[in-house]
Amino acid sequence: MGMTMTQKILAAHAGLPEVKAGQLIEADLDLVLGNDITTPVAINEMKKMTGQTVFDRDKIALVMDHFIPNKDIKSAENCKCCREFACRHEITNYFDVGEMGIEHALLPEKGLVVAGDAVIGADSHTCTYGALGAFSTGVGSTDMAAGMVTGKAWFKVPSAIRFVLTGKPSRWVSGKDIILHIIGLIGVDGALYRSMEFTGDGIAHLSMDDRFTICNMAIEAGGKNGIFPVDEKAVEYMKEHSVREFRVYEPDADAEYDETYTIDLSQLKPTVSFPHLPENTKTIDEAGEIAIDQVVIGSCTNGRMDDMRAAAEILKGRKVKKGVRCIVIPATQAIYLQAMKEGLLEIFIEAGAVVSTPTCGPCLGGYMGILAAGERCVSTTNRNFVGRMGHVDSEIYLASPVIAAVSAVTGKLSGPCELGL
Amino acid sequence: MKACGHVFKYGDNVDTDVIIPARYLNSPDGNELAKHCMEDIDQEFVKRVKQGDIIVANKNFGCGSSREHAPLAIKCAGVSCVIAETFARIFYRNAINIGLPIIECPEAARAISAGDEVEVDFDSGVITDKTTGQSFKGQAFPEFMQKIISAGGLVNYINQK
Repeated sequence: MGMTMTQKILAAHAGLPEVKAGQLIEADLDLVLGNDITTPVAINEMKKMTGQTVFDRDKIALVMDHFIPNKDIKSAENCKCCREFACRHEITNYFDVGEMGIEHALLPEKGLVVAGDAVIGADSHTCTYGALGAFSTGVGSTDMAAGMVTGKAWFKVPSAIRFVLTGKPSRWVSGKDIILHIIGLIGVDGALYRSMEFTGDGIAHLSMDDRFTICNMAIEAGGKNGIFPVDEKAVEYMKEHSVREFRVYEPDADAEYDETYTIDLSQLKPTVSFPHLPENTKTIDEAGEIAIDQVVIGSCTNGRMDDMRAAAEILKGRKVKKGVRCIVIPATQAIYLQAMKEGLLEIFIEAGAVVSTPTCGPCLGGYMGILAAGERCVSTTNRNFVGRMGHVDSEIYLASPVIAAVSAVTGKLSGPCELGL
Repeated sequence: MKACGHVFKYGDNVDTDVIIPARYLNSPDGNELAKHCMEDIDQEFVKRVKQGDIIVANKNFGCGSSREHAPLAIKCAGVSCVIAETFARIFYRNAINIGLPIIECPEAARAISAGDEVEVDFDSGVITDKTTGQSFKGQAFPEFMQKIISAGGLVNYINQK
């Protein structure tokens, strides 16, 4: 029986000619990632281990992104702990204020992940790098600690669901709409323990940023990882960002999939997840009258250049409705700078939005846009759980940057046609 | 090894944001986190939970973030076992890695009610609802995971190797 893309990468990293779904393996890791929330816990666990040194100082990435610039004293203590650890172990890829970005936007941009890699990160959205044809998955802090010391992690080899994407998406449909549609289709545990492998001629129409967004939210369907084949666009991206050699793995023709879904991208409409689960999807024309208080455009899901440009296209020459707060957060310093060079930041500020330094901030209810009781936010982030962005009686509507920007202008959840677009 | 206690019952998709809200993640200390465990879906939990109590939930328990603070908060609150129809995969790994016993058993998860006194025998996988007299067979862990659990978590397991 043939192997899926994910299974091939895992087999190669376990030194095995083949692996089967359900098999327990130990795989060599190309990169171990942690952030300012999860790394301090990992450092504590590492102290309990006999081998207290890191396996390879070049293969660990520590990104301060959740609560920085430090939001309070405890957060400052956490970052200090990470900083001292990075210094002590001479960690090559430690990113602090001034160099940092939101981890899952930053690592591909810095060329730290390429096709064929096996990556673990103590952050659930580590699955993002599947867009590059890598196996990457979220783990906890103890796994991170073990990974930092041994350079290995244990995995149960996943089976897979195949998503055949066909056709060309219409003008206002982005990667976010595609993944929200898929989560609506299969549910928040629809891919539990499994890989989500994307294929089909529709992929050619998706930018790398679209693919990062799609893989980023594989975890919101319960998936172990999401993964795209490596095409010309992916190769071009890696050559532009990385000096590392990459390895392309293709699924066997007789690879077995638990299920196959065929999705005609040309038929999709802008899609929104209603509170309080990402699976509660409606298309924008089914949304009804939902007045809003806040809009957030950013995060590891949608804080990249495509997202900044899409939001600016809508906000150019328009104003954020009075009474609505619109918060734009470019995901990395490079994206921030590029948005500045392209005049996008000026468009946002002229429209009445605020622009923040890169941070995960409001996405997980950290800071920079916390909601009060009864408030509603249209957000380009990834989770709309109870209390995720603030008060337990607040509401989050997950959407694309286009829908978020239009909603900021109209003051209600709405699509481009509301602006005559 | 056995666990025995009274049950706190929850539904589907209990996420890590309600198990331990991110506003408390600025502390990595389990006892500090335990003070806010389940706060956003059950404000009574922390007031009423006693050492040895058991959480029973339906499908996809622990979905969402990878924060190990979630199983840690539950463990430090005194919970001896979580029984669910299914667990989100990162929570599942984290619970094993930190030594919080969890067990998948759809029948038990559906049948057991809040407040019931339940006993779990980890060696046999048998779950007994002492209040109703019903018993259920839970999913046993693969041998490799049993080794991690019996070592007391991943760190001890690696130290022993």
